[in-house]
Amino acid sequence: MATLHLQDIRKSFGPTQVLHGVTLDVADGEMIVIVGASGCGKSTLLRIVAGLETQTSGQVVIGGQDVSGLEPADRDVAMVFQNYALYPHMSVFGNMAYGLKIRGVPKAEIERRVKEAAELLGIGALLERRPRQLSGGQRQRVAMGRAIVREPKLFLFDEPLSNLDAKLRVQMRAEIRRLQRRLGVTSLFVTHDQVEAMTLGDRLVVMHGGHAAQIATPMEIWARPADTYVAGFIGSPAMNFLPATLSHGGAVATLAGGLAVPLPGRAGADGAGVLIGIRPEHLRPGAGGLSPTIELVEPLGSESVLHGRLPDGSPLTARLPGAVHAEGALALTLPPESLHVFDAGSGKRIEAGA
Amino acid sequence: MRKVHFKGVALPYLLLLPQLIITGLFFFWPAGMAIYQSFLREDAFGLSSQFVAFENYADVLSDPTWLESAARTGLFSVSVALLALGVALFLAVQADKHIRGADTYKTLLVWPYAVAPALAAVLWLFMFHPNIGLFGRLLNGLGIPWDYRLNGGQALTLVILASAWKQVSYNFIFFLAGLQSIPRSVLEAAAIDGASPMRRFWTVVFPLLSPTAFFLLVVNLVYAFFDTFGVIHSLTQGGPGKSTETLIYRVYTDGVMNLNLGSSAAQSVILMILVIVLTAVQFRYVERKVHY
Ligand SMILES: Nc1ncnc2c1ncn2[C@@H]1O[C@H](COP(=O)(O)OP(=O)(O)O)[C@@H](O)[C@H]1O
Ligand SMILES: [Mg+2]
Repeated sequence: MATLHLQDIRKSFGPTQVLHGVTLDVADGEMIVIVGASGCGKSTLLRIVAGLETQTSGQVVIGGQDVSGLEPADRDVAMVFQNYALYPHMSVFGNMAYGLKIRGVPKAEIERRVKEAAELLGIGALLERRPRQLSGGQRQRVAMGRAIVREPKLFLFDEPLSNLDAKLRVQMRAEIRRLQRRLGVTSLFVTHDQVEAMTLGDRLVVMHGGHAAQIATPMEIWARPADTYVAGFIGSPAMNFLPATLSHGGAVATLAGGLAVPLPGRAGADGAGVLIGIRPEHLRPGAGGLSPTIELVEPLGSESVLHGRLPDGSPLTARLPGAVHAEGALALTLPPESLHVFDAGSGKRIEAGA
Repeated sequence: MRKVHFKGVALPYLLLLPQLIITGLFFFWPAGMAIYQSFLREDAFGLSSQFVAFENYADVLSDPTWLESAARTGLFSVSVALLALGVALFLAVQADKHIRGADTYKTLLVWPYAVAPALAAVLWLFMFHPNIGLFGRLLNGLGIPWDYRLNGGQALTLVILASAWKQVSYNFIFFLAGLQSIPRSVLEAAAIDGASPMRRFWTVVFPLLSPTAFFLLVVNLVYAFFDTFGVIHSLTQGGPGKSTETLIYRVYTDGVMNLNLGSSAAQSVILMILVIVLTAVQFRYVERKVHY
């Protein structure tokens, strides 16, 4: 158990820079989920923390100790890999005991810890099996067990659930969360799945092109996304963005279709371009707002997702309660308290009263 | 694979015929002749022969010089196999660090294997000949008396080196392929588990390579037993004395030089049985022992 501090981590592979300076503070026992599209540098960041890659610049501090120059073996971390990376020639017991044997833990103690972890994970009956005799879910548990028995300062997970089928994934997700809470081990969990991120993390790091676009609690990120990338990435279906121009000193935004939207309490130069963001679930039926033509209705039972187009041709998605919705013309209002405003150039959030 | 169905049986048999003829002509016929000959004994002038049953075998197996040859062959073969495997494994591990996944290198690296035995021998001769060889002259210059034409131990060392050298590239390719099929993340997991590079090698890499290593061990032993005739013939002709005469070389001297056909045939049948046993062991072991 330990805190983790990353200071301005940068990484280049040859001429390509993959990480552009990531700074992060993780409290003791906290579960941080690093989420972002494929290729944004999540695994690279995790591997730098593990010591499997060396950062080009920056510091990794685990439990107050700068481990930047240390080998993986000397960092006291455990990692669960996407493909599990079990030792194929060792039994389940052998897999879990390997790290302890190397550290010279007495035999009886190894036996006790492995048994305990195996019981915790429900794989007590499989200790004699080889990895190839296990199902995907069981391998996953063995990989978890191998991490747990070490009692490390830090758990690192690199998309450990993405090779499992949907049902097992949901089940393991809950199990990992329970386990992490119970053991209280500081954890970094990498995923590209925003639902996994929202449900698992105490806080999320949303990565975008080698930057940490936003670091905050899941609800904070959902309610006040820092830029258009985060706003579009977190939440399903994705947020709608409507281009608009400011007037009246920033108090009113005029949409491309001509609708004037009041933005109380905001300031901005007249004529400045902004993007008005609204989540599909915040659009409400009613006159005096947008008038899209609905092209597709997806009924989900208690609610429906409606895909349509505004008169100027830009797409719009709405999520409305109830199952009876027809294709064709529809009138929707924009509740002012649910609007997000972003700078059209930089994509950064513009706060009310700022 | 798509199955092709022939109408009738003539065409398939016709297509198989060249392979069958070659196998028959160059394997079954000589093998059959050797077995037949091994039961006969010719008189001193080669004019008549008589059936002697297993007498040739009994003579061979009780001949102390043959037993010496057998022991020498054992030493020679084990040395060649271990040297070729060890060097190849070392090189493959070094290469694996740098060329993960680079297939073109692998193809280039197998080329030394295609060098003809006689050429390999000439190469080593140019290096270790006491008068004209680079290292031969160097050794003598340093005051170490080096002449493999006079010193039996040196001669044996030289043929072992030359024979092993030829086999290294073959082993290297197999070891490299084996190493590259070990998932990188498994080694990384071991590193995070705290294993030093040495420990990772002996507890993870080597066990995962062991089926490959065993397969190669058998292949190398068979090679050292049977395929080193060319190297020995070009370098030492079995000499000085009998110090580099292996069993296969002895088949040649007894049969072709001394024209003792019955004994030579019996010796070659014994070797044939040996290679069949080795191959059978390999098939059984490799099939059972691959554990993932
Ligand atoms: N060893 C490497 N050499 C060169 N480029 C790499 C290497 N590892 C990763 N990259 C590149 O770095 C970028 C980020 O990779 P990665 O961290 O694996 O992304 P993610 O895990 O978010 O999908 C990718 O564009 C990838 O191609
Ligand atoms: Mg990744």
